[in-house]
Amino acid sequence: MVNYFLFGFRNLRRRGIRSWLTLIGIFIGIAAVISLITLGSGLKAAIGAQFGISETQVITVQAGGLNSYGPPGSLVTNPLTRQDSEAIGKLSFVEYAIPRVIESIKMEFNDKLEIYNAVSVDEDEQSMNNIYEALDLKAEQGRLLKPGDTNRVVIGYDYSIKEKSGFDKAIKAGDKILIQDKKFEVIGILEKQGSLLMDKVVIMMNGELEDLAGYGDNVDIIAVKIKDRDSMDRAKEEIEKLLRKRRGVKVGEEDFEVQTPDAILASVNTILGGVQVFIVIIASISIIVGAIGIINTMTTSVLERKKEIGIMKAIGARNSNIFYQFLIESGMMGLAGGLIGVVFGMFIGFAGLIGINSFLGSELSLNMNYYLITSTLIGSFMVGAIAGIAPAMQAAKQNPVDALRGN
Amino acid sequence: MKKSNKTNSLLRAKKKGKDVIRLNEVFKIYKMGETEVKAVAGISLEIKEGEFVAIMGPSGSGKSTSMNLIGSLDTPTKGEIYLDHHNISHLEESDLAQIRGKKIGFIFQQFNLIPNLTAKENVMLPMMFQNVSTEAREKEAERLLTMIELGDRMDHYPNQLSGGQQQRVAIARALANDPEVVLADEPTGNLDTKSGGKVIEFLEALHKKGKTIIMVTHDPELAKLHAEKIYWLVDGLINKVTKKKNNKWVEIKN
Repeated sequence: MVNYFLFGFRNLRRRGIRSWLTLIGIFIGIAAVISLITLGSGLKAAIGAQFGISETQVITVQAGGLNSYGPPGSLVTNPLTRQDSEAIGKLSFVEYAIPRVIESIKMEFNDKLEIYNAVSVDEDEQSMNNIYEALDLKAEQGRLLKPGDTNRVVIGYDYSIKEKSGFDKAIKAGDKILIQDKKFEVIGILEKQGSLLMDKVVIMMNGELEDLAGYGDNVDIIAVKIKDRDSMDRAKEEIEKLLRKRRGVKVGEEDFEVQTPDAILASVNTILGGVQVFIVIIASISIIVGAIGIINTMTTSVLERKKEIGIMKAIGARNSNIFYQFLIESGMMGLAGGLIGVVFGMFIGFAGLIGINSFLGSELSLNMNYYLITSTLIGSFMVGAIAGIAPAMQAAKQNPVDALRGN
Repeated sequence: MKKSNKTNSLLRAKKKGKDVIRLNEVFKIYKMGETEVKAVAGISLEIKEGEFVAIMGPSGSGKSTSMNLIGSLDTPTKGEIYLDHHNISHLEESDLAQIRGKKIGFIFQQFNLIPNLTAKENVMLPMMFQNVSTEAREKEAERLLTMIELGDRMDHYPNQLSGGQQQRVAIARALANDPEVVLADEPTGNLDTKSGGKVIEFLEALHKKGKTIIMVTHDPELAKLHAEKIYWLVDGLINKVTKKKNNKWVEIKN
């Protein structure tokens, strides 16, 4: 058995570039699978973080819905209001409802002007704590806003990093910044959230943000905390019923959307699932192409090595000896393609994770999945071996006299 | 007539040791479209243990086909072939392979070593097909290569060896499973006189040790110089058989 692998290795080593080129299919396929699996789980976690789904008992209500273009709340003709939020807060399954406003603001620091997003918190202590709890906000430096704070803001983690702040300088707790030309003190900096929006957020008192932006009673998102995890769906129906009544729309014509975290995750999974299906199809096609390539090279190899087959038979090789020699050689070709594919796939996955991390501000790390690697390598050996069955049978059934003559 | 021939040969076999290979009215017929080509048209012969036999004939005489049949590389269209008293005429290829791997050692005109195996590995290969253990294979290969004076070239690849050296490795390989018969097909055909001479020397030495040697050649001088008995083939038939008696070649009845 060992000898088959040993001779197979010898034989493969002297193969020409042509044989190795046929492995590109296997190599691409395996690389795609490995990078997909490496990236897929990381991507899910990263996208989940973008939607701020840290708290699983929070339902999000938006006018227009998640499917409309632009940032949440933009391009909406009939926005939600604080009164909607209060009405939702009184529903039986609801613990509390938080009206949230997201506004673009001009921010100035270190003599540089940038546009960022500000969100509001209500002044009273209860709703403030509700927001902090629902979004899992904690201060890395300084503290969070407290009732009674004036001209004070809390800012996202990225502002405390020189390269990411956008102002060529890190902002520290205690620094002064200008928002819409008005001076504010940075009272605290948030812990890293791993989300594009929340790591670059400016949290302001609602009254102060309203003064600057003038949105009145309109809100962009209502975050609804549900009392009991099991009543999510009923709460969702209840909220939908209430909003239909308040906004005067019929079932099926809703101009708002009530999203449970499960639904958001489900839509993330649908998108990722689509991407995965696409990549798996590409991977399968490449592996099939690769397998056909192996069939081709092995068939050529059988013809080229006819004389060798004849010699082996003359000195006592049985048909099965020849069959296994070619089968294992073919499997080893597949394995070689798989090996390059795994290395390359891990490399792509690693590069991809670095890209996701720097783009989305998440902190994903590459974990080597040895089970995945081993099964992929075994799989690629199997693909090669299966591709080699027909050529190996052809090799085995050679008549020794004809084979020795080399024709 | 035939019957008495058979009885005679049986008697002779008893007198002069057992016959290793026996061909009985063997035909090999190839169909080329409508016409049939008789490459071997009814050959009967016996080769006894310890003999040095030459099969002589011009090209097209059927000597290659005869060699293939004697070496159990091929099966006859008609007739029987006995190797060590076993009828091998109708065996499956894999069974034939097993038998010839054990009982017949081949030496080819083209040396036919496996190019990507070293000299030692080439010699070990036939033993591998007989499931000899790796240690035993290595030991035997080293012994054989030392015997043919290539002990210092064991790890060389065929393309690093001269033609004569390659043919000596082939001799070692032919002896790997200690076969009863060494079948040499034009063993010196691709060699210069000097290295060819050396190869023949080794064959002679093997013969002296009691091995049965069958040499196929088209060179009558070579055959006369080394063989004890020569089968002269013409058109797929044995034309005559000559034997060395007191340093003189006399024609005998087959």
